[in-house]
Amino acid sequence: MENIIDNVSEAVDRATDPKVGSGGLNIIIATNREASLSAAEQVSVAYGGGDTMALAGVPIVVKDNIATFDMPTTCGSRILAAYTSPYEATAITRLRAAGAVVVAKSNMDEFAMGSSTETSAYGMTRNPLDPERSPGGSSGGSAAAVAAGITRVALGTETGGSVRQPAAFCGVVGVKPTYGRVSRFGLVAFGSSLDQIGVFARTVREAAAVTYAMAGADQYDSTSADVPVPVAPAEIEAHRGKTLNGVTIGIPSEYFPESLDAPMRARCDAAIEALRGLGAKIVDVSLPHTSLAVPVYYVIAPAEASSNLARFDGVRYGPRAADSIDLREMYENTRTRGFGDEVKRRILIGTYVLSHGYYDAYYRKAQAVRALISRDFDKVFASGVDALFTPTTPTPAFKLGAVTDPYEMYMSDIFTATANLAGVPAISIPIGRVEGLPVGGQFITSHFDEPRMFQVAAALEATLGDEAHS
Amino acid sequence: MTDWSTKYEMVVGLEVHVQLKTRSKAFCGCSTDFGAPPNVNTCPVCLALPGALPAVNAEAVRLAVRAAIALEFTINHTSVFARKNYFYPDLPKGYQISQFDQPVAVHGTLHARIPGEAKLRDIAITRLHMEEDAGKSIHDRYPHMTAIDLNRAGVPLIEIVSEPDMRSPAEAGAYLRTLKQLLEYAEISDVSMEEGSLRVDANVSARLHGAAKLGTKTEVKNVNSFSAVEKSLQAEFDRQCALLESGDSVEQMTMIWDATTGTVRPARSKEESHDYRYFPEPDLPPLILDEDYVTRVRKGIPELPQQLRERFTSEFGLSDAELDAVTDDPQTAMYFEGVAHAHGDAKHAAKWVMGEVAAALNESGTKIRGFAVRAHQLAELLDMIRDGKLSHTAAKAVFATMLASGKSAPVVVAELGVTQVGDDAQLEAWIQEAFADLPDETARFRAGEKKLTGVLVGAVMKKSKGRADPKKVNALLGKYSK
Repeated sequence: MENIIDNVSEAVDRATDPKVGSGGLNIIIATNREASLSAAEQVSVAYGGGDTMALAGVPIVVKDNIATFDMPTTCGSRILAAYTSPYEATAITRLRAAGAVVVAKSNMDEFAMGSSTETSAYGMTRNPLDPERSPGGSSGGSAAAVAAGITRVALGTETGGSVRQPAAFCGVVGVKPTYGRVSRFGLVAFGSSLDQIGVFARTVREAAAVTYAMAGADQYDSTSADVPVPVAPAEIEAHRGKTLNGVTIGIPSEYFPESLDAPMRARCDAAIEALRGLGAKIVDVSLPHTSLAVPVYYVIAPAEASSNLARFDGVRYGPRAADSIDLREMYENTRTRGFGDEVKRRILIGTYVLSHGYYDAYYRKAQAVRALISRDFDKVFASGVDALFTPTTPTPAFKLGAVTDPYEMYMSDIFTATANLAGVPAISIPIGRVEGLPVGGQFITSHFDEPRMFQVAAALEATLGDEAHS
Repeated sequence: MTDWSTKYEMVVGLEVHVQLKTRSKAFCGCSTDFGAPPNVNTCPVCLALPGALPAVNAEAVRLAVRAAIALEFTINHTSVFARKNYFYPDLPKGYQISQFDQPVAVHGTLHARIPGEAKLRDIAITRLHMEEDAGKSIHDRYPHMTAIDLNRAGVPLIEIVSEPDMRSPAEAGAYLRTLKQLLEYAEISDVSMEEGSLRVDANVSARLHGAAKLGTKTEVKNVNSFSAVEKSLQAEFDRQCALLESGDSVEQMTMIWDATTGTVRPARSKEESHDYRYFPEPDLPPLILDEDYVTRVRKGIPELPQQLRERFTSEFGLSDAELDAVTDDPQTAMYFEGVAHAHGDAKHAAKWVMGEVAAALNESGTKIRGFAVRAHQLAELLDMIRDGKLSHTAAKAVFATMLASGKSAPVVVAELGVTQVGDDAQLEAWIQEAFADLPDETARFRAGEKKLTGVLVGAVMKKSKGRADPKKVNALLGKYSK
């Protein structure tokens, strides 16, 4: 079982290579060689002893907003500088039990607020495929880690598309499970009703294996669902390259607006043709409230964030502005210095929409519209559609620094935020390139129908083959 | 002090926070023990470490529902936890998990027992909701610093908010005492104001008698006992009336009760008007309490004070005053019932529980739980009195010794040699001795002055060192009088 330790050691080597550190692509913000090797040894012993482990010795990079006790958990923020959690996220505990070994924490937009990994207090992350471009965000570090070959799998987190969008930008697979599928215990909350831990991987099969390894009800997360976890990477394997006879795939018109760039559309059309070629029935469908997703998202997520981030007050952990004259000033100085602009912007938006006199007009209205968006999906899936296919993003990876208007940045979530608002699972897989930049195609299925989602994604992945990366 | 009550009417509403008697906190597994060293009973959840999430303690829900049933509330089958957002160092998350527009229960009633009134006063209760406690800020421990103890953070509470249904300090006091008693009997809370497991904020306003509209209310805080609530309400009412009388208006604010001076003063810094930005707690699903569940909780409720009074009335024929005394708290009631059953004469039992037992507890400042004279032991003592083996005076001495030694009544009686003497010859001898000592009174008694019987019985008791059976002495003396 030497190769488990060697594999992990090599992954740590790659993670500590200056090229991916702060002077380079700035993908990795923390490693702990000793802890990783010690974990690898334990897995090696257990595996040698005959334990069956789904992920024996698989090195994994973890986004820095998921609590790990052997490396810091800073959420890419100054306000958690050097903070190490005394407990671990349930997802991490489960992955460790399955044999995975954490080798690094990855860079991210501060508190997962951003779509470019430019808002991190530790500096922006660069896209390994084109260092002048953004890897997407907020889980840009984890997406880039897989794209750069540091590890084959990595954990990200989603609130409005923060796994799928960077997966699309970096040309890797990205999964957002059903809300409730994976425990959020230990995921530092941004928008509690939207947040979900997700997976980056080289292949759909690997993404499924990691998703299922950490899935299942958790007594520490009351929003985790007591729904049986599919066993089955083998099931995925069985579908690889097989036909999609009898499978109905809906193409929602709202995700293919006039404004969608022709080359993007062409890539999607090719994927749709490939699906048709696999035997899937392709139907046009409508999700009429799609255009409201981004505005609704940018009311609900900041509202929850404004409350979730109240705990970062300098009282119990993190840097405290001790030079303040009284309590109020200590709060103000600690939070003014600790949070970056985007986080402050969202706290302000969130505080505003929850305020007396504005609650009904914003938060309550947004929840009502959210229910409509949810119902759009329910209706489509009830009509016999098994999965929806859409582009993951309106554009390929943009240049770092190119998007300066927050609203324009928010619009990059336009095709992904819907799945978070409805709680349904979604996956992005590479479906080809435009001017050398990866394009992601997205499948969305109904609640807890990850098996179908992985099936269609794996089938398309197998059919596209090298075409997905060219 | 002017008595304003002829002109103005006091209107009081009470907000009572009650700590639920659970072993663990509302949303994590930490202990709720009172008095542990600071910050020992904490974990990632109640410290609000990044990534931690709440999970509802089912026992806290059960006790909240039990309270709602005992207070005749309408229970909401779906209730929703909400976040109440504000910054304070002893509030780790920066929000309190509470309930807002969908509480556990609405529209309750308390049948308050007002001293001296036979009829119960029904007081409407607006709502009952669940929430978590904050920690404690300790300002006087370290110079220029505030210490934070988060042991209490996350301890489960219910808040019971009454309608402005009370019209006097006495009614407010009666509401609180009845409520406390009910919560204690239902085993919902320790209801100790000293330990903070019951806390009261009083809203009070004044208006002219007959006025339809309520006056502007103020909130009185820092009241640490029920009598302080009553006194603070009176003080605040008087202050408001004086303002109104002089043509000023009452300003809505928080008043602090100062027990040492017996006055109220405005809270030091005017409380900033908080916008708590309530919204549904996304980390907790709605609380679903179906009819089956409520029925099961209902079945588990112990006998409540009113039921107990009715039972004691029919079973023992106790008077209101006796009922008040022996049902004051469930331990006393249980003790009394034990004595009454073992002894047989409930009135006699009540007399002792209200008298000697209460006096002994009062003197030692202890509660009936763990009282040195067990119920069956007291019954044994009462048996001896009834059977004429012990005079009442001697019984008191025996009781005192039992209390100190834990020994049984027969053992103590034997040790003290205080067995009552009913032997005619011995009694006759003591009577003659008494006659000899009191020749004047004896002569008048023999001449027919019957009112002197008591004096002579007393003298005989003295001669016998309290051992003579006074009833027999009384009878024997009869033959000497005309």
